[in-house]
Amino acid sequence: MSRLALLLLLLWPAAAAALDEAALLAAKPARLLSAYGLFADGPAQVPAEGVTPYDLTTPLFSDHAVKLRFVWTPAPAAWSDEEAFEFPVGSVLVKTFAYPEGAGLRLIETRLLIRQEGGWKAWPYLWREDQSDAELKLAGARLDLVATGPGGEAIPVSYRVPNANQCKGCHARGGEISPIGPKARNLNRDFAYPGGVENQIAQWRAAGRLAEGPEPPAAADWRAGTAEARARAYLDVNCAHCHRRDGPASNSGLFLTHGETVRAAWGYLKRPVAAGRGSGGLEFDVKPGDPAGSIIVHRMKSLEPGVMMPELGRSLPDAEGIALIEAWIAGMD
Amino acid sequence: MRLGLFAALIAATPAFAKTIEIAPGPEAAEALQEALILAEPGDVISLAAGRYEMTDGLSLDVSGVTVRGSGPEATVLDFTGQQGAGEGLLVTGSKVVLEDFGVANPKGDGVKSKGVDEITMRRLHVVWTGGPAATNGAYGLYPVESRNVLIEDSMVSGASDAGIYVGQSENIVVRRNRAEFNVAGIEIENSFHADVYENVATRNTGGILVFDLPNLKQEGGHSIRVFRNEIVDNDTANFAPAGNIVATVPMGTGVLVMANRNVHIFDNRFDGNAMVHVGVVSYFNDYDDDAYQPHPRGVVVRGNEFGRGGYAPSGEVGEVFAKAAGGEMADIVWDGVTPLTEWVSWTSAEDRIYVDQPGATFANLRMIAQTIWPWGASPDRDIAGYAGGLPELEPVKLPQGE
Repeated sequence: MSRLALLLLLLWPAAAAALDEAALLAAKPARLLSAYGLFADGPAQVPAEGVTPYDLTTPLFSDHAVKLRFVWTPAPAAWSDEEAFEFPVGSVLVKTFAYPEGAGLRLIETRLLIRQEGGWKAWPYLWREDQSDAELKLAGARLDLVATGPGGEAIPVSYRVPNANQCKGCHARGGEISPIGPKARNLNRDFAYPGGVENQIAQWRAAGRLAEGPEPPAAADWRAGTAEARARAYLDVNCAHCHRRDGPASNSGLFLTHGETVRAAWGYLKRPVAAGRGSGGLEFDVKPGDPAGSIIVHRMKSLEPGVMMPELGRSLPDAEGIALIEAWIAGMD
Repeated sequence: MRLGLFAALIAATPAFAKTIEIAPGPEAAEALQEALILAEPGDVISLAAGRYEMTDGLSLDVSGVTVRGSGPEATVLDFTGQQGAGEGLLVTGSKVVLEDFGVANPKGDGVKSKGVDEITMRRLHVVWTGGPAATNGAYGLYPVESRNVLIEDSMVSGASDAGIYVGQSENIVVRRNRAEFNVAGIEIENSFHADVYENVATRNTGGILVFDLPNLKQEGGHSIRVFRNEIVDNDTANFAPAGNIVATVPMGTGVLVMANRNVHIFDNRFDGNAMVHVGVVSYFNDYDDDAYQPHPRGVVVRGNEFGRGGYAPSGEVGEVFAKAAGGEMADIVWDGVTPLTEWVSWTSAEDRIYVDQPGATFANLRMIAQTIWPWGASPDRDIAGYAGGLPELEPVKLPQGE
């Protein structure tokens, strides 16, 4: 990431390219990522003018992939205390997944979430082997890649590029596609912009990306605070896109959103409903004081489809996340 | 008038509906998923006969699409090598028809619909080919949070939870299916208005379950009819992973009603169910949910044909019941658990358990909620004391028609 940040610092101010608003609003997705004009230099991930990079305090675990995020809006997004900001028609959220390779990055895929008149569209683009451009891949793909673990170790990964429907598998609220990441509590942090370090929410407001509003809430940080605060921040980002009352896992009765206060809803002594073999022979989603007896830990550790959670977006376990949830449950009464 | 009808028929058929043909081969999985994404309302995705090797789950999010194979044994989507996703095929579009294909060995659930209106599953087979195993997926055919559900002429075998499971749904017809070698053959859970008829449920742990569970968005299951089914020889040992509610179902259970209101069980044929033909029970675990109603209310059992049953209760729950029954089970067994308030008052007519089964045996075990202790010294076996009935339920009508 630091290599890329440096690259951005060097190249971003000079970048100038024409973003194609018509392409963003077209009913059919472009065949090539370059058609949207989102990047001054796509292979180097240098954004076009006005396309702003951003980072999240607590990211979704994606098989150790490096994720580069960008946003563009034609007008300020509306503020929300709890949910993702409400972006106007014509907005686009860009997320590129990459793995370190040599001194640089190998780009794997770039996912676009485009706000059109009828709602959000989710399009996956797969980078060519020669990295010259990325091609629309509606059916997704499965790739044999090598990830770099937190200790720098090489980990083989059967990497899944989601298909257009699987995008909605996570990005859905009330049956409609919806962004997940850009929430106030997850964006409230500093970012090294070309002009200097600045708080992202302040920068978005100054740049007309975000409407004025209240002071942002404190960051929900999976790496700072009490075990409970860290665990809830982690579950909010990694699980609650489905496990929420209006999400794809609404039928499970397990709701892991940041603000969920009903104990049985976030798993405390809650029995599974439709877990099947996902239960691992255990009785409760969260069994206080007993991480090994908690289904949530069992499913975070699993690599088997039908058992593993999240269902999509990973084929490796997130050791750091598992340790965090184990510590939280171990200390629970 | 005739012209008006004609115009309506035309309007109902999208002008550019097309058929997308998919054939087996190395590119078939990707071609099929792409077709499912690009399909438009009215389209038919036609799957030629053959075996399709799948490595990931499929999904359909477009409304008004039909996916049609060449027969449930001829067109088979084989998920033996599945590496991702929680089910074989996930449908999130409404007015979808799935028919005439088979699904083999999905790692999780077989065919799931979630949050849709009008879903039809017709002549589908979902089979775990290795037979019963705790490592099989949970549900075969699995509509959840759906309205207007039709499942017919299908077959599920080997599900480690329920072969056909309809959960938190409304307006449901499940008919003429065969469910065998599953833990639960057919399960209707936290659902409203279901007709379950002319199915064969055999060689499962339990044949047909009508359950209501706490801590869910839709609770208070009601208005369920289970009739003209063959519920015989449910003799497969329970192989559900512990923790799941069905893991508590004793082998040899015919029909089990847990919680729910207004459930009618009639004109079925029962035989060879070693635990009990018809069980009526309260939810027995602790729970933290003020809105939940754990007792069965308003259950009618009438006109069923009972063969041999209740001769070998087994397992933890089976033993508790057998003990409470003094070692002698009956064709129809009610745990007798009632709300605390009814210990000092009476049960109103619409809440009672009714049995109209001349010649059958019956036992009210008179148990106390969440204990294994019988309330009375012995069960009440006086079937005449449970005579009567409730108003008949209207048949469920579906917009997708006959």
